Amino acid sequence: MSQPTKESPESQPMEGSPESPHAQPRPLAVSTATPAFLDVRDLRVHFPTEDGVVRSVDGVSFTLDKGRTLGIVGESGSGKSVTSLALLGLHKGTRALVSGEVWLDGRELVALPEKEMRQLRGSTVSMIFQDPLSALHPFFTVGAQIAEAYRVHHQVSRKEANDRAVEMLQRVGIPQPRRRAKDYPHQFSGGMRQRAMIAMSLVCDPALLIADEPTTALDVTVQAQILDLIGDLQQEFGSAVVIITHDLGVVAGVADDILVMYGGRRIEYGTVRDVLKRPQHPYTWGLLQSMPHIAGDVDRRLNPIPGSPPSLINLPGGCAFHPRCPHKGQVPDGRCSLERPELVPVPGTAEHIAACHLVADIRGGENTRAAQ
Amino acid sequence: MFRYLVRRLLAAALILLVISVITFFVFFALPSDPALLACGKTCSPARLAEIRHSLGLDRSTVVQFWEFFKGLFAGRDYGDQSVRIHCGAPCLGVSFQTDTPVLTTLLQNFPADLSLGLGAAAVFLVAGLGLGTLAAVRRGRATDKLAVGAALFGVSLQIYFVGLLLLYLFVDKWQLLPAAGYTPITQDPVAWFQGLLLPWATLVIVYLALYTRLTRSSMLEVFGEDYMRTARAKGLPAGRVVLKHGLRAAITPVVTIFGMDVGSLIGGSAVITESVFGINGIGKLAVNSVQNSDLPVILGTTLFAATFVVLANVVVDLVYGLVDPRVRLA
Repeated sequence: MSQPTKESPESQPMEGSPESPHAQPRPLAVSTATPAFLDVRDLRVHFPTEDGVVRSVDGVSFTLDKGRTLGIVGESGSGKSVTSLALLGLHKGTRALVSGEVWLDGRELVALPEKEMRQLRGSTVSMIFQDPLSALHPFFTVGAQIAEAYRVHHQVSRKEANDRAVEMLQRVGIPQPRRRAKDYPHQFSGGMRQRAMIAMSLVCDPALLIADEPTTALDVTVQAQILDLIGDLQQEFGSAVVIITHDLGVVAGVADDILVMYGGRRIEYGTVRDVLKRPQHPYTWGLLQSMPHIAGDVDRRLNPIPGSPPSLINLPGGCAFHPRCPHKGQVPDGRCSLERPELVPVPGTAEHIAACHLVADIRGGENTRAAQ
Repeated sequence: MFRYLVRRLLAAALILLVISVITFFVFFALPSDPALLACGKTCSPARLAEIRHSLGLDRSTVVQFWEFFKGLFAGRDYGDQSVRIHCGAPCLGVSFQTDTPVLTTLLQNFPADLSLGLGAAAVFLVAGLGLGTLAAVRRGRATDKLAVGAALFGVSLQIYFVGLLLLYLFVDKWQLLPAAGYTPITQDPVAWFQGLLLPWATLVIVYLALYTRLTRSSMLEVFGEDYMRTARAKGLPAGRVVLKHGLRAAITPVVTIFGMDVGSLIGGSAVITESVFGINGIGKLAVNSVQNSDLPVILGTTLFAATFVVLANVVVDLVYGLVDPRVRLA
């Protein structure tokens, strides 16, 4: 077992010290590879409150290419949704402090003025929200809401926009789209509403689609249909897709990469295959074990992760997960509560990283933690 | 929709019937005697009995109510052979004091309240929605604090204070306006407008506060809704997000209160404003009738005002159906 040779993780630019949460963005890394379509670097979203600064997102980085899907996974309060809202620049004009960089197709979005950001919203970057009943306006017809999203970004007549809305409704599989376009959201079923929401978010052919818990409010059969639909449309439009969910089952089905968040930070990041086959962080294991398996033993009890997500104002010292971690005893000297683990490459993989002392300690050695 | 309307109107009629019964019997519980008031100083028991008979007060309360109720649909004839007063349906009775049918007097006084109420209501609704929205958008900033502060100030003021102050300043001191009062619009539109300017201003100052606060809080609630986030995520300009998506949803509670306020304002609840500015409206008529124990007028004004409040509520419900498609009127 080797001691880490690097400095304390507090000094790592990736995780940042609390004293300088809004450090200047790093200069562009010199890279010979073609830049990724979406490149998020050290994104931070902090909310000053009376009780202290809520660090909802604290140094998150990832990249995503066109035609690929990233799944961001974590419990409630892990910073998933705040990350997605930051990608759309929806924190502009609020009290939230956003820093870091979001490069989309060569444009940096965090520093982009609201006026220009607004023109990207709904056209280049669009979003599918969690609960379509509350995310659609109750007083306007579904067709009008979709047409509106189109007309904001295109100089077309009302009729052309309406035709486009009907066409989109048909595309997402709504029967009798011309008639249904005149209905109000409350006249749609849950699955239909989510389809309408998807039609609205795709009406301008966005290059980046963010889906925040797109299937949470739906029953399982409809969930599968909606995920298939998103996948099909992604093929058709070649968009990059970010799916935010707490459901690893969803991610396993549709994503190429997985980013696991805990307490506003990345704790594990890699391809779906690597992360799900060889989860390195005890939190990721925990998420996997708390999932029911349809093919498994019926009597097998689920293993929920004990405790609850940490306060984002006052994260536990060291590894933020240590108060809930069943494996902290395996790391000597109580380092889990003293020293924040840095993200290190997982042995034997190219792009799988995890932030756990166990991974750091056995780097290069044999992975002795057998899958349970 | 049609059936809904019929049902609501029937319910409204029932409410009005209950109100008239209550008013009628409360009147007879009062200690004052209208016959004694009409009799004057040189009153003899014989004369008193005669008056009592001519006013119909010598019959039982139930019979009197039945006469009144019948008159609503069939009309009534008052007096004896010498003096005959016909009161056509719907007859609300004939004033003990003036011997005029109550409805005639009400309709004479009504245009004043209609002008006063509708004019003021239009201004405080539009201004209240505007100020409330502005305050909500600038929440916590100087504009918001100013609007909320002014609203609190306005709501603490009383009509008799604001009205008299305005009269003193604009009419007496600066002499910018002629004496306030009501001139029918058909007679002289300019005088109508000038005379009502201060009464309108008075009502607006007092009511604007309520509407600003109501709009502000309703708007702030709507700002937290998911569909407002969706509207921004579509790329709509901030102004359109607030005015189209926000105001449309926030207006519902304002409509409720507005309907009732308009109903009661034109039904005579602006009584203080009426008396401050010397306008002969329904409110003033009601006060005078109570002072004179003039039962038919008391009943008439009460029913008249109640009709407007009840009708306003029906209208509000119909407007709900237009504003919010989830409300099914069936």
